[in-house]
Amino acid sequence: MASRGTKIWLGCFFFLFLLFLYGPMITIFVLSFQGPEGGLTFPMNGVSTHWFGKLWEGVGVVDIWRAFRRSLALGFVVMVITVVFSLMAGLAFRRKFKGSGALFYITVASLIVPSIVVSLGIALQFRLIDDNIRQWGQTEEISWIIEHYTTSMGLFSSALGAQLTWTLPFGLLIMFAVFNRFDPSFEEAARDLGAGPWATFREAVLPIIAPSLIGVALFGFTLSYDELARTSQAIGGLNTLPLELRGLTTTVTDPSIYALGTVTTGVSFVVIALALLTFRLLQRRRLAHGNDSGKGLV
Amino acid sequence: MSARTSRISIYLLALPYALVFLLFFVVPLVLVVVVSFWDYTEYSIIPDFIGTNYSDIFRGCVARLPELCTAFATYVSTLKYVFLSWFITLILGFGVAYYLAFCVSSLTMQITLFLLCTIPFWTSNVIRMISWIPLLGRGGLVNQFLMNIGLVDEPVDWLLYSGFSVTLAFVHLYTLFMVVPIFNSMMRIERSVLEAAYDAGANGWQVLWNVVVPLCKPGIAIGSIFVITIVMGDFITIGVMGGQQIASIGKIINVEMSYLQFPSAAANAVILLAITLMIIVAMSRIVDIRREL
Repeated sequence: MASRGTKIWLGCFFFLFLLFLYGPMITIFVLSFQGPEGGLTFPMNGVSTHWFGKLWEGVGVVDIWRAFRRSLALGFVVMVITVVFSLMAGLAFRRKFKGSGALFYITVASLIVPSIVVSLGIALQFRLIDDNIRQWGQTEEISWIIEHYTTSMGLFSSALGAQLTWTLPFGLLIMFAVFNRFDPSFEEAARDLGAGPWATFREAVLPIIAPSLIGVALFGFTLSYDELARTSQAIGGLNTLPLELRGLTTTVTDPSIYALGTVTTGVSFVVIALALLTFRLLQRRRLAHGNDSGKGLV
Repeated sequence: MSARTSRISIYLLALPYALVFLLFFVVPLVLVVVVSFWDYTEYSIIPDFIGTNYSDIFRGCVARLPELCTAFATYVSTLKYVFLSWFITLILGFGVAYYLAFCVSSLTMQITLFLLCTIPFWTSNVIRMISWIPLLGRGGLVNQFLMNIGLVDEPVDWLLYSGFSVTLAFVHLYTLFMVVPIFNSMMRIERSVLEAAYDAGANGWQVLWNVVVPLCKPGIAIGSIFVITIVMGDFITIGVMGGQQIASIGKIINVEMSYLQFPSAAANAVILLAITLMIIVAMSRIVDIRREL
């Protein structure tokens, strides 16, 4: 098809692109092992884990490890909700229902409306909720609200909602792709054998689509773990890791920020590796289960 | 299971998903539009129906033309980055997708290389931005190299915290959004179509331009929509990579929110949304997105 020359040229181009993608990442990975006297740029002044030690004690004024734990927790919750809700919606979308068109357009809109607008809207919404609760507390003279109530914004309210508007569309689009290629004869077979709707789902549908659900989970977790724009205005008082990181880019001037970069990228890589492993495991199990040829079964 | 209970169960299945979007997307967007007409003081926002939030943005803009007022200058600057990022990611993304789709013959290799391209997408954007500092800074690798070969005597300043680094970061972060949909389109092209074109006497460029590109239109449109909308509303990349010196519409909204000027921020958001939607409507004329999944 493509001539030999084209292939070689494009191969070089592709290699350069990969270098462009990974080069900077590798640079900060190397520089995070900078010696104690070393600075933000090359040359390396010795090799040490000094900056990781410094990171462990905490950088700047923020408690980076709290932020890290918050991000992990939020990422996990977003992941679970994304998998469950998009799977359910994906099943619903297999047939046309009233409002399915609108829901689809809202899904696409959520991907393409600039994040800052969504974030602003959620911030506004929670501010109005807060104002109303405070007013209600005052008119009803509920002393707890008057004395202690600050805001309903937070990690698992506004920030969770903001991130779901970003992860769920990816989840549903993956489910569309899955069910577009799904062969319904498996379900028919299960039904013919007398399985009810739940058993059909659990025994026939779920095992087939399980590997794809790992993909949805990967999207759910990593998109949440790295999310900035939508969360930025909707987070309330306690920041997630990416938000703290953005603040640190202007205040931290030593390689400990690279060490932090290496650690967070490491977490992302572990998650990706776990996802790929689970994916392969599920697929292998599926092949082993689905195929009984040569086993002498009737 | 009767038809009715099955219909109800479909609604129940879609309900949680729909509720999330109602609560955290539809209602907030409606609020943005509503509040953009509200009044505000330093510490509170007041329900009203006024147009001053909009007129304030463009105060004196028309009178001062052809000189650009702050608002127009910001729009022009934002659109400049949108165009640059779009154009460069399109060229790069198309090239990468073409290589993956047509030059790599084994499926395993295709999947491996494709995964290599996508892995950075799952890592932190901020980290990917700051990873340019040791390369582009005053004492960075690029400057060291340029001085070593004697091309410049003093470190070059415009590499970092400049329009250049902002564009570079956008390209670095978002080329993948072009690669994936274009690759998807290319994989659907029947190989026999290309062979037919060659057999009919077309040369490589003619096949590329008259067969491959038209068949990739949907992928190109989807990728373009992604890149354009992300860059349109960006304030983080422009902030970090521009050294907080470059204006964008997203950044205006961000700053106004930090001063709690919600109605004014909302008015800017409505304008941003309107511009973005106009661009998308223009693009979606070309393609039916749902058919492409």
